[in-house]
Amino acid sequence: MLCQICGKNQATVHFTEIHDNKMSEIHVCERCAEEKGLQQASQAKQKFDLADKIAEMVDSVTTTEEERVGHVQCPRCGLLYSAFKGTGRLGCAECYQAFQFQLRPLLRRIHGDTRHRGKAPARDGEGVSRSRQMQRLHDELQRAVEREEFERAAELRDEIQTLEREDRAQARVEKP
Amino acid sequence: MSDERSAPLDDLIARPSPWLDGTGPKADLVVSTRVRLARNLRHVPFTHRARDEQLQGVIASVTNALHRAPSFASGLMLRMNEMSTVDRQVLVERHLVSHELGDGARPRGIFIAPGERLSLMINEEDHLRLQAMASGFQPAEAWAAADRGDDELGQSLDFAFSDEIGYLTSCPTNTGTGLRASVLIHLPALVLLQEIQKVLKSIMQVGLNVRGLYGEHSDVMGNLFQVSNQTTLGQSERESIESLERVARQVIDTEERARERLIRDARVQTEDKVWRAYGMLRYCRQISAQEVINLCSAVRLGVSLGIPGLCPLEIVNELLVLTQPAHLQRANGGELSLPERNVYRARLVRERLAAAEGAPPAPGTASTS
Repeated sequence: MLCQICGKNQATVHFTEIHDNKMSEIHVCERCAEEKGLQQASQAKQKFDLADKIAEMVDSVTTTEEERVGHVQCPRCGLLYSAFKGTGRLGCAECYQAFQFQLRPLLRRIHGDTRHRGKAPARDGEGVSRSRQMQRLHDELQRAVEREEFERAAELRDEIQTLEREDRAQARVEKP
Repeated sequence: MSDERSAPLDDLIARPSPWLDGTGPKADLVVSTRVRLARNLRHVPFTHRARDEQLQGVIASVTNALHRAPSFASGLMLRMNEMSTVDRQVLVERHLVSHELGDGARPRGIFIAPGERLSLMINEEDHLRLQAMASGFQPAEAWAAADRGDDELGQSLDFAFSDEIGYLTSCPTNTGTGLRASVLIHLPALVLLQEIQKVLKSIMQVGLNVRGLYGEHSDVMGNLFQVSNQTTLGQSERESIESLERVARQVIDTEERARERLIRDARVQTEDKVWRAYGMLRYCRQISAQEVINLCSAVRLGVSLGIPGLCPLEIVNELLVLTQPAHLQRANGGELSLPERNVYRARLVRERLAAAEGAPPAPGTASTS
């Protein structure tokens, strides 16, 4: 997509503007964004400030419930729920949190369910609980045994035992 | 584009995709099995909302992770924006990249492991699209390869994931497992006997998705259908794979029974159709890609029915890819007009079939088991 101001460069800065209660999307290149004072190039913080401003504007113009839902905004990437409804694409991982009340019924409609029952990342990131980690190790152990990868199975068994020991130690600390 | 950069692609094009080699269970009915997993990096906006430098960062992080992943120990990393349109199209025709990745406008890349059985699209709709391909009907094997590759990459990449709803993807239709497993299946007898609509309907009724391979619209070319899972929440990957396997097995059974009836009630007509198709491919002087696909369908049916004297199955598979426009143009060293393409294509088909004639048929291609 080309920049809507200069029409020459690739548009890499995207935002949603609300004016007179009407929403429009603006796509511009980094240079034009900087020139027009829309964003200081490669300063993400600036973008979030802009997002905050948009959010304030949204709050000030909210009138009906439907509008309110449409104006729910992801605090991290600035995507508005109404923009998601237009494209069907979320903006970032954080959008799932920001739009959770709107997304839940949507996920149920698509999948007939809202609960993940599959695998979890090998490296446990921020969103992964201890029990999920244990579950994953047990699943992997079972698979290793099925594939007759006994060395791997032994490693996994050791890992499970270490975790269990740590959990027991933790429990003792919490219950003096 | 420099010669240096195009050399690895030359190697790739010189031979057909190894996952199309006609081996694997039920390879005469199921051309290939594909499993893909959608993943995103937690701290980067999804591809369509990310700035180009953020996408460059994704490519750098993924490249680092690949160095530490044994499944991707060696292979070919290609950057889409450094490739010509024809070269990008070659990758689309080999089912290695999607049309979206093939546009080449943003920092996108693809890593192709040796043998093309495992590949990784970077900055497609999701930051990572890991894809495992297998010849024939091998959902469990393709899943195992994808699962292992995903585990290895997950050791060094922080994937966007939540305990409750699983892997977080750009489109909510992939949220959860991010898994799409599919089989490309050849159903000529069901089409000939006009029972295909009933079968397609029943596939959709059990929650799977089915579409014709080449046509985006209703016209299905070559009697090839892609059956895939539709939902990614509420089911484990293993359950999705097993349900696809179960349904695909029923479809295979139905097709095999239809073929038995076809050969019992209309042997001469069927053999005539097969040999006419073979004759046209063997002696044509100009031919469109679509015609090749349709005629190859009849030949594939003949090979599968065990009619002696036809070419081995891998030649049929090979023709489906090598006769596509970008492959033809690449192999002939430059752009070709439509009529020129049709002439080159006809020559390629004739030569391949002539070379195969007299050669012993590949093992396992003459039976339906």
